[in-house]
Amino acid sequence: MADTIDLKNTAAVIGVGTTRYGSFPETDDYGLAAEAFITAVGDCGINKNEVDGLLVCRIPYYARMGEILGLNPRWTMTLPGHGRMSGMGIIEAALALATGRARYVALLYANIGRSRRVNYGGEEASGFWDPWGLTSPGATHAMMFRRHAALYGTTTRQLAEVSVAFRHHASLNPNAVMRVPITIDDHENSRFIVEPLRLLDYCLINDGAVCMIMTTAERARDFKKPPVVIAGVGGQESYDNASIANFDIDFWYEPTRRAGEEAYAMAGISHSDIAALMCYDNFSPTVLFALEGLGFCPRGESGRFVEGGALKVGGRLPMNTDGGHLSNSYMQGWALNVEAVRQVRGECGPRQVRDAELVQFVEATPCCRSIIYARG
Amino acid sequence: MPTASNYAKPLPRLTPLTQPFWDHAKAGRLAVQACGECGDLHFPPSPVCPKCLSAKQEWRTVSGRGTLMSWVVFHRAYWDGFKDELPYPVCLVELAEGPLLATNFGRGMTGEPKVGAPVHVVFEPATDAITLPQFVVD
Ligand SMILES: [Zn+2]
Repeated sequence: MADTIDLKNTAAVIGVGTTRYGSFPETDDYGLAAEAFITAVGDCGINKNEVDGLLVCRIPYYARMGEILGLNPRWTMTLPGHGRMSGMGIIEAALALATGRARYVALLYANIGRSRRVNYGGEEASGFWDPWGLTSPGATHAMMFRRHAALYGTTTRQLAEVSVAFRHHASLNPNAVMRVPITIDDHENSRFIVEPLRLLDYCLINDGAVCMIMTTAERARDFKKPPVVIAGVGGQESYDNASIANFDIDFWYEPTRRAGEEAYAMAGISHSDIAALMCYDNFSPTVLFALEGLGFCPRGESGRFVEGGALKVGGRLPMNTDGGHLSNSYMQGWALNVEAVRQVRGECGPRQVRDAELVQFVEATPCCRSIIYARG
Repeated sequence: MPTASNYAKPLPRLTPLTQPFWDHAKAGRLAVQACGECGDLHFPPSPVCPKCLSAKQEWRTVSGRGTLMSWVVFHRAYWDGFKDELPYPVCLVELAEGPLLATNFGRGMTGEPKVGAPVHVVFEPATDAITLPQFVVD
């Protein structure tokens, strides 16, 4: 037996579903996830009883989710509500399919952080550094951005390009939460949360849910829509400073590079083949870090790379075409993977990237992952 | 001097693993964990050495000198106890001996801090039991 299983083009996404996004105190994680599941089932036309793999993320109890959907799968996985879990979960599902542990996997994510007033800091995320007042992932991204600015001369006006481009995409996305276009000056005039980061560098907090249904590339041909295959995947963790949560002194450069190289090599492609990039964007600086780690620009030059609207549809590298976490919805990477699928299918209307045959997902986080989606 | 009951900001969770750090700080010493087997210095404290997995862990006083790696200013209080101090800075210091600490600027800081500046430790009593190591630019 070979010491690795080549995952290239073995798994495919056949159905996707996203809910409305906002504040929905009248329902809960299970209700929203069920709504996304029903949409994804309708998207591919699968008989839901065929689903024999269940992956849940940020959903309290996998078995209750199964009970609600009437599923008794052969394979179950549950992941915590950390943003970095989406890439990990999709790759795990691909492995389960490649090894026959499941034939059809439903991946479900739900978030009720808005209606339940989650803060992402303080008491609910207590850590060793609380006595000094360090808390919240935004603060550690602010730390990294200040350092990046000091080392490379990156400016907040360059950082603003990220928020402005993603908001532009959200303005083209009828389901996005924040649709009013913004300018670089709007970014520069928005209030500080943890300086040097401002309100417009922060992701949204909203309720909603996402579902993806995956199967093997062969079985994928039997469903309603053209399959989108996973052409390459890569991953690398960085846990050395995990007690300072959501932080890496080197901007996750090396782990992102490795995750990207692995994915490009598996897919047999290079950067110039990528039509659009979906990047985990809990805070705007990580978008710059991901561009450098993946090698779309040399180290330290991401600020210049993003200038002049380079990340907009029609620009040098369209990114987060649904508006991302900054302006579409805080679905912790899951909605970005769905957007990658929709771009490859050509379903994105006014925000559609031309010839989107290869779309990449990346997360520059303590668990770096990259996934390359291709036409099946 | 406030006691734990009338100190509004978060206090450390004291455990057998972390208590020695706070005992050293109260005595005006900055200490990190040192591996009794391979000598690796690490912080926050760990039940075993991340390098060699030895459980033989000791505490070692360090120079208190380091480099300012970055700093931020909180304009939002995630704990009510910080509300009166807004906006308040938090900084990251890499000790000359290696470990990375999140900390605050101490009394006597003047001027705009610069990433890369040399810093040294000072000690700020918080309660009758807890003293916070903080840093000022040299
Ligand atoms: Zn050791």
